[in-house]
Amino acid sequence: MEWTDAQAAAEARLGNQQAFRVLVERHSRALFRLAYRMTGNEQDAEDLVQESFLKAYKQLRNFDERSAFSTWLHRICVNCALDLIRARKKRDHQTPGWLEGVAAPDPSPERLTQSSQVAELLGPALNRLSESERAAFVLRHYEGSSIEEIAQALGVQTSAAKNSVFRAVQKLRRSLAPAWESAR
Amino acid sequence: MSHLTEEQLVDAYYSGEPADSHLAECPECKASFEQLRELLDRLSDLPTPERGPGYGGEVWTRLLLRLPRTKSRKAWWWILAPALAAMLAIAFLAGRWTERSEPIAGNSEQARERVLLLSISEHLERSQIVLEQVANTDDLVEERDRARELIGANRLLRQTAERLGDAKDAVVLEQLEQVLLDVANAPDKPTKDDAARVQKTIAQNELLFKVRITLTDARERGLTL
Repeated sequence: MEWTDAQAAAEARLGNQQAFRVLVERHSRALFRLAYRMTGNEQDAEDLVQESFLKAYKQLRNFDERSAFSTWLHRICVNCALDLIRARKKRDHQTPGWLEGVAAPDPSPERLTQSSQVAELLGPALNRLSESERAAFVLRHYEGSSIEEIAQALGVQTSAAKNSVFRAVQKLRRSLAPAWESAR
Repeated sequence: MSHLTEEQLVDAYYSGEPADSHLAECPECKASFEQLRELLDRLSDLPTPERGPGYGGEVWTRLLLRLPRTKSRKAWWWILAPALAAMLAIAFLAGRWTERSEPIAGNSEQARERVLLLSISEHLERSQIVLEQVANTDDLVEERDRARELIGANRLLRQTAERLGDAKDAVVLEQLEQVLLDVANAPDKPTKDDAARVQKTIAQNELLFKVRITLTDARERGLTL
């Protein structure tokens, strides 16, 4: 019988590494996507996946079984990513790599032009968001997380999480509006 | 009729609430919403690199060596892992023999090679733990059971490496097998001399170093397939 996340987490907490392996194999790909969207860099994302699982393993005793393991894991990953972004911001300002290749599988020339223009501005626009706004936007927009899940992940009230998403969209909209309007 | 705020439009985009009915009736808000939707939809188009189905296994392999050791590391998976490695190696061998009479697609061969490399990696990781313990402590009994569990898989992997003409790996696995046998056959109350003999074999053959190199090599080859 296949373990649920909660069962595997409970087993792993007792020291069963095979149970933790189940969780790693189950959640790695989603965690990579999240890490990549948070950092915009494949190597950073790979490192974040490792760090997140390592932290999760060491902190298993703090995992509250009433919440979803994936939400808890995402929270760890988001916090690791925020630490990394903070460190990076001190060093330099990088445009996320994932914004560089913007072509959809079969884009029309018009769509490609629009996407390129929007993407060109999205990097700096995302960099202008605060850490919590960026995290909240990535979780809401790309991960499809609910406001409650975002609040849990960031350790804030739901009203604050909702506000972060709104402010992020508002700022992005303002930043991208000129390119967007001219491309339409 | 009062219009929807920007915040309500964002809510409407992500959750469809609470503006559905208003948007149906108010052309002005509907136009604002469409503008927002178009922009946010476009942001969703931006690609992210995908990882394959085996990615979780790769993460685990890299993670395993970084996980803190626990007492329960001797749990059932430790016992099952060598057996699993042996089964995978058998599957690999079966494939190689079939291949001689019946050509197969390159992908299947790659997949089998990957399976072998993963089996070797898992086996070497566990063997490395035994070697480190034996090299650093005089207590052979502590590692005796683990060594016994590893011998069968080691033999099978060595034979596989020999059949495939992988002389370098075969030699390392042969030297490893000798040490595993020495540890597995240790008396119930081994003397310091018993432990010293095994430690000397490990040191003379630079076995820990060789196992680490072979492990890294197998992992890298497995990841590039």
